[in-house]
Amino acid sequence: MQIQYFLLLAAALFCIGIYGLITSRNAVRVLMSIELLLNAINLNLMAFSNFLDPTAIRGQVFTVFIITVAAAEAAVGLAIVLAIYRNRDTVDMEQFNLLKW
Amino acid sequence: MNLAQGVQVVSFGILAVMMIGAALGVVLLDNIVYSAFLLGGVFASISGLYLLLNADFVAAAQLLIYVGAVNVLILFAIMLVNKRQNFVPFPTAWVRKALTGVVSLGLFALLSTMILTTPWSLSNAIPTNNSIEVIAQHLFSDFLLPFELASILLLIAMVGAIILARREYLPDQVISPGQRPVLTLPERPKELLSVGDASRNIQ
Repeated sequence: MQIQYFLLLAAALFCIGIYGLITSRNAVRVLMSIELLLNAINLNLMAFSNFLDPTAIRGQVFTVFIITVAAAEAAVGLAIVLAIYRNRDTVDMEQFNLLKW
Repeated sequence: MNLAQGVQVVSFGILAVMMIGAALGVVLLDNIVYSAFLLGGVFASISGLYLLLNADFVAAAQLLIYVGAVNVLILFAIMLVNKRQNFVPFPTAWVRKALTGVVSLGLFALLSTMILTTPWSLSNAIPTNNSIEVIAQHLFSDFLLPFELASILLLIAMVGAIILARREYLPDQVISPGQRPVLTLPERPKELLSVGDASRNIQ
């Protein structure tokens, strides 16, 4: 196994996440795309931790922190989606123009 | 190539195909419930890849936190906002999709050339056998401050999520001191809220 395989896989996942983040119109799907992006970053960090720094595995510690922040982000993001849905009665991203001039 | 390497390569291939296929399903499928379940597949595949990278603790944490907590939370959110509405199509949607596809493919090409041309300074050390002990020593020595900050962040996120998702507080509720109801939440009922917002929805 080589490090390049894992890095290429993480890059592919990151690009899929970027595509979903921009093109999707459902707000919950946007949050799912953000989770995909965070997982791509985690895979990158784990590959570096295993192949470049296998004795003091600092990448795994960073991955644990990123998982923590991702859980907090998911909770707050879904709460925001619920609040906007209660106000606007839709989850369409094109109609969330409350702060747009 | 001995047997262990062959098993590693085959399982890496299976996990990679599962992960990319499920991620494409998350982004491209129309039904968002299918997307949420496929997202669980992506998380489980990534947990398997972590096992291939000699990280047993993080693989278990990934499975517990992502599949067990985040994915269930997303499913709950989908059920709470489950409104079968067809989004109003607008004429320049294909421009956005084509442009985003081009940008994503370009980004992938850029990243892959960077990955394939960089001479990585690989280490030849044997990976540690007990990753949990090493992670715990890191968390309580040189990563102590981020560890404590993460706990504060989780507390703030919990309080913020509760306050954001709660209904509006109704301060002008008339409660006479003689007949105070015992077990009522000081919240505005949902019907009043929707009536109050009806003027904003018509646009």
